Amino acid sequence: MRNKKIKKVLVIGSGPIIIGQAAEFDYAGTQACRELKKEGLEVVLINSNPATIMTDKNMADKIYIEPLTVKTVEKVIEKEKPDSILPNLGGQTGLNLAMELAENGFLEKHNVRLLGTSPEGIRNAEDRQCFKDMMEKIGEPCVASKVVHNVQDAVDFAKEIGLPVIIRPAYTLGGTGGGIAYTMNELEEIAASGIRMSRVDEILVEKCISGWKEIEYEVMRDSNGNCITICNMENIDPVGIHTGDSIVVAPSQTLSNKEYQMLRTSSIKIISSLRIEGGCNVQFALNPNSFEYAVIEVNPRVSRSSALASKATGYPIAKVATKIALRIYFR
Amino acid sequence: MKGYLVLENGEIFEGERFGTNKNTVCEVVFNTAMAGYIETFTDPSYAGQGIVMTYPLIGNYGVIPEDEESDRIWAKAIFIHDLAQYENNFRTTKNLDSFLKENGVPGLFGINTRKLTKILRDYGTMRGAVVSDINQLEELIEYIKKYKVENVVEKVTSEKAITYGSTKPKQIALLDLGAKHNIINSLLKRGVGVTVYPADTSYEQILARRPDGIMLSNGPGNPEDCVEQIKTIQKLYKTNIPILGICLGHQLMALATGAKTGKLKYGHRGANHPVKDLDTNHVYITSQNHGYYVLEDSIDPDIAEVSHINLNDGTVEGIRYKNKKIFTVQFHPEACPGPEDTAYIFDEFIRVVNEGM
Repeated sequence: MRNKKIKKVLVIGSGPIIIGQAAEFDYAGTQACRELKKEGLEVVLINSNPATIMTDKNMADKIYIEPLTVKTVEKVIEKEKPDSILPNLGGQTGLNLAMELAENGFLEKHNVRLLGTSPEGIRNAEDRQCFKDMMEKIGEPCVASKVVHNVQDAVDFAKEIGLPVIIRPAYTLGGTGGGIAYTMNELEEIAASGIRMSRVDEILVEKCISGWKEIEYEVMRDSNGNCITICNMENIDPVGIHTGDSIVVAPSQTLSNKEYQMLRTSSIKIISSLRIEGGCNVQFALNPNSFEYAVIEVNPRVSRSSALASKATGYPIAKVATKIALRIYFR
Repeated sequence: MKGYLVLENGEIFEGERFGTNKNTVCEVVFNTAMAGYIETFTDPSYAGQGIVMTYPLIGNYGVIPEDEESDRIWAKAIFIHDLAQYENNFRTTKNLDSFLKENGVPGLFGINTRKLTKILRDYGTMRGAVVSDINQLEELIEYIKKYKVENVVEKVTSEKAITYGSTKPKQIALLDLGAKHNIINSLLKRGVGVTVYPADTSYEQILARRPDGIMLSNGPGNPEDCVEQIKTIQKLYKTNIPILGICLGHQLMALATGAKTGKLKYGHRGANHPVKDLDTNHVYITSQNHGYYVLEDSIDPDIAEVSHINLNDGTVEGIRYKNKKIFTVQFHPEACPGPEDTAYIFDEFIRVVNEGM
C-alpha cells in the first residue's frame, strides 16, 4: 500500500530536552522509528541526545549521536545515502534542519525526498507573512495588526480595529517601550515612546485579544486530502497567560456544538489549504462573548500539543503521521 | 434524591435524579458525541428512547434555546455520569436541570455510563425504566419487556403544512417524519423555498404544488412501521422529481423499492462516524443517529447501488438510484450536532434540483 520507492529513511531526532524540543518528541520519534521498521524500511537516526528512548540500539538500524547541525546531517546523508528524510516528528529543530537542507538544494542534489508536508506548505505555515496572506486568501481571520511609523497612523488604525491595542516596537529587547493601550491618550503616549525606542522608528499596532478563550485543534490530513480531528483542547486560562503556565483540557469544556464545529471546520480548511500531510496543530483565540475568532498559529508538524492529545485520546498521532508520510491513506 | 435505571436483563444502575421527578420506560441507547447535547436531546429521532451520554460531563455550557433542533426534548429520559454544576457560555439562558423540568423529562446523573455502555454494546440495545424504588423488581421487568417504540413518527411530525421562502424560484417539498430544524435551514440557506408536510400527507397533496425537489427527513422508530409513507414514496419514486433522503427517509426509500431493513445491535449514535464515499474514496467524519439500517444484499442492483459505507462496520451509509435523480444517506449531512464535512450532500441535491427534471 505504501510508496514502494521509499527504502531507507533518515529520521532527525529530538535533540536535548529544553523548551521547544522536549521529551515529547522522543515519544513521537520513537513511535515513528517503530512504524518505519514495521513497514520493513531501513532506518537511520541522528540525534544529539543519547539519553532518549529513540537512541536505544533496537530502534534504528544505524544511530548517529552527533550535533544536530546542517553540516553533520549532510555528512550522514552523504555516508548513508538514504532515499528519504522524515523531518516532522523531531520538533522544531528537525523541521528547521530539513527546511535548510531543502532550501540549499542539498536534498535534491543527493536525491533525498522530504516525506510528509512539502517545504512550500511548511513555509506557508511557519513564515508569519506567508501565513497571514494564506489565511486572508481563504477567508480565515487573523489578529488584526499593522506596522506604522508615526503616532497618527497608529491612532487611525486603532480607530479602525477598536481599543484596546498592543504596541510592539520593532527591534527592542523584551518589547521595551511597548504596552497595552486602553484609551486614545494612552495609545498616543505609548506609540510615541515605542517609536522613539525602536531603532528603525517602527511599531506594530495589534488588536489586544487578552481574555479571549484559547482553543487548539489537533488535525491530521493524508495525501488524498482526507482530514480528521483527533481532538480539540481548551486552555483553562485565557489568551494573555502563556500556555506553558496554564492547564489545558481535552476536549473543550465551554464550547457549544456551534463554536466547536465552527473552529473544527476552520482548522480543516486551514490544514487543507496548507496541504499538510501528517499531523498539525491549529491554535485559535475565541471571543468569549461572540462567535468572533482569530487564527493564532499553526504548527505544521507533530508538536508538544500532539503528544498531549495523543495521551489524552489514545490516538497514536506520531504513528499515523509516519504512515501518512509513507503515503498510506485513511481508508 | 436517588433514582434507578433498571434494564430488561435485570441490571440496575443507581444515580441521582434531576429534571422531572417521574418514572418512565424507554429504549436505552448510547450517544458518543462530546459536544452538542442540546441538539441531541431535541432531535425527534430519539422519540421513545432514553439517551446515555458516554461523554462524562454534560451540561457544562448550559442550555441555548436557539440550538434546539425541534420545539422540545423528544428523548424519554437522559442518563449521564456527571451533571455540570456551573454552566459557562455567552448564549446560555438556563441549566440542564430546568430544561428537563420544563419538558417533563426525567434524568439520572451519577450513572456509571461506561459500564452501562459496555453492557449495551455486548447485549445490544435494551429497554429500561427510570424508577424511584426497586421493591417489585420482577413485575417491573415484566412491564419493561412489554414496552415497544411504536407510532412515533405521527407524534413527532408537524401538525400542518408550512411554507418558508414561498417566493423562491425553486421549491422543495419536505416530508416531515421528525425533521431536525437544521435540515430546513440547510435547504433555505441554499436559496430554495421549503414546504414542510406532515407525515400523513398524500402523494397527490405533495405533488399539487409541483415541487422541484423532494426531501424525506430523518425520524424515529422502525422504518417498517411507516406503511403509509412507504406507499406514498413508491409513487414519488415513479416521478422524475429529484429526491434526497436522510436517515429514516433513506430507509423508507429503500423499503419502497423492494430492499429490506434490519436492526443494528446497538446502533450508530454520535458525531464521529467515518464514512467512505465509494465514488471518490474520500473519507468523511459524520454525525449519526440510527438503530436500523438497509441490508446491502437486499438492494436490487438493477434499481440502486451503494454510494457510501460506514468504515467501522461496513454497513450501508448511502444509496444512489439508477436512472433516477434520487440519492439517500443514512448519516446526517445537516450535522447539528457533529461535523459539517458532508454538507456537500445538500449542495449536490440543490445542483440536481436546479438542473430540472
